[in-house]
Amino acid sequence: MAKITLSKLRHSYLSTPKSDSDYALKEIDLDWTDGGAYALLGPSGCGKSTLLNIISGLLVPSEGKILFDGKDVTALPPDQRNIAQVFQFPVIYDTMSVYDNLAFPLRNRGRDEAVVHERVMAIAEMLEVTGMLDQKAAGLSPDNKQKISMGRGLVREDVNVVMFDEPLTVIDPHLKWKLRSKLKELHQRVKATMIYVTHDQTEALTFADQVVVMQLGEVVQIGTPVELFERPAHTFVGHFIGSPGMNILPCELQGGTAYFGGQPVALEGPVQGAAQGQTEIGIRPEFVTLSDSGLPATVTKVSDIGRHTVVECEAAGQRINAITEGAAPAKGSAVHLAFRQDMTRLYVDGWLATVPAAGTPAAIEGVA
Amino acid sequence: MKTENQKAWFFVLPVLALVAFNALIPMMTVVNYSVQETFGDNVFFWQGLDWFQQILRSDRFHAALGRQFLFTFLILIIEVPLGIAIALSMPRKGFWVPVCLVLMALPMLIPWNVVGAMWNIFTLPDIGLLGYFLNHVLGISYDMTQDPVAAWVTIVTMDVWHWTSLVVLLAYAGLVSIPDAYYQAAKIDGATNWAVFRFIQLPKMKTVLTIAILLRFMDSFNIYTEPFVLTGGGPGNSTTLLSIDLVKIALGQFDLGPAAAMSLIYFAITLLVSWLFYTLMTKDDLN
Repeated sequence: MAKITLSKLRHSYLSTPKSDSDYALKEIDLDWTDGGAYALLGPSGCGKSTLLNIISGLLVPSEGKILFDGKDVTALPPDQRNIAQVFQFPVIYDTMSVYDNLAFPLRNRGRDEAVVHERVMAIAEMLEVTGMLDQKAAGLSPDNKQKISMGRGLVREDVNVVMFDEPLTVIDPHLKWKLRSKLKELHQRVKATMIYVTHDQTEALTFADQVVVMQLGEVVQIGTPVELFERPAHTFVGHFIGSPGMNILPCELQGGTAYFGGQPVALEGPVQGAAQGQTEIGIRPEFVTLSDSGLPATVTKVSDIGRHTVVECEAAGQRINAITEGAAPAKGSAVHLAFRQDMTRLYVDGWLATVPAAGTPAAIEGVA
Repeated sequence: MKTENQKAWFFVLPVLALVAFNALIPMMTVVNYSVQETFGDNVFFWQGLDWFQQILRSDRFHAALGRQFLFTFLILIIEVPLGIAIALSMPRKGFWVPVCLVLMALPMLIPWNVVGAMWNIFTLPDIGLLGYFLNHVLGISYDMTQDPVAAWVTIVTMDVWHWTSLVVLLAYAGLVSIPDAYYQAAKIDGATNWAVFRFIQLPKMKTVLTIAILLRFMDSFNIYTEPFVLTGGGPGNSTTLLSIDLVKIALGQFDLGPAAAMSLIYFAITLLVSWLFYTLMTKDDLN
């Protein structure tokens, strides 16, 4: 187990990258603390798998270093880094039994057969596959195959980090939940650092203590699921996380006040910095309410999604989603929208620019 | 509602007619010959199973069958490992992939009698490039028209040259279908190159290798043209394989009855071995 440090990491698949856009990863500095449960979240092609392969040693970065507990491992091959990786499609050794599959990484490292047996039995019990140890691995169902490939990662007791590369992609929906909670439970039992790569926000938010959100080869925000939800550092995070995502509304800033569609909108607090460039208001649908007064809007669509109703409105040519619990207005009706002030953020060129007003709980927390 | 009519026959009948003319009728003719004696003029005498008994008890048949099995065994034991080895060392991506594939396919594109003639000229001791080189430069006495061992070495080498590519191409197709994740997982698990071959590559190639071995078995067991052109079955009878012997009996001696019986036995052996092999190889997949 180890703390993993990525220092000034850059990677390009081209041999002579010229501009910034030639890099699949742009300058990444990150610390993964020992024993943490992390998720690496981002859309397809954002560089998360590249980052994962660099940590595991399957790829050597163009620039920068990877340190395990302060030791430079940038040039070490995967088997010497003592890491484990679970892939999108379950990798199992077809001709071997389940037992031999689990024992494989230990036997390759020349461990004593008694130790191998003890570890395999312990892991099998943890994964609840003890009953199938004698079976041939080829005949297993996809979720059991994926369990076995996880088991091969966990069977080494000294593993530095276990990485999951979208491991639930091929698993049936009703089994996804089971495996996901199994993973969480495993993390608590083995206490290894775990990094979970996914483009599915539910998977990321349920698994991880800390979520690293990536976009176009850059880390946009690192935070707990609550932080990502409540204070997205970038409009991308606001939009990517949440269902539906954050409402992002172009606005004008005059004398510290934001105007949307000619109406002043109260922000959570003062705007930091020069505030030059493209300014946008960000507010989550959860904090938009239909009220008697406020921003006039027209309802364009109403979707009942069970627990609540998503009301899609149009105001000043922009689409605004609101989530309501009670009765929803009919399509085409005129409504007024109110934004909860402490949840209304301002973004400049995509990045969060407001800070909580002095004296609010959020501001005190921020100071502490 | 199922519609019931007889229209399907229109689709099936042409195939039936085709199969009847190119397989069933010729085959039944052979069966017909195998139980009768004829001296020409369309006069036949019933012989029962006499010809079958005669062939099965004949030393000549046993010898040819032995040579046939030896030949097939030799080429399989060389071509299969060699084909796998070449497939493993071929590049997986990039400029050299099509170059390698075309080079590999070349020997298979050459007509069989041309292959025989080519190797005949190539190995002649006085004028052939290889024959001359071995005899006059290296001083190794080599003459496949005189020496049975040299003749065997030549027909086996020729078949290896002609057909290893088939194993290579099939094995290569099996190899490129293995996802990268398998190799990456094996690296992380600390697997040696041998373990990667034994537990990933070989199992993933199993299906295509089964087909490759089956095709090579049937083709080599029925081989005729190349050895016939190269050695004509000689020197003596040393390279007289089953098919060559069969043609000698049928067309050389015009013993149509025994030749027909022999073809049926020959066919049965090919079918039996193929069936046994395929059943054994696919037994695991069914369970």
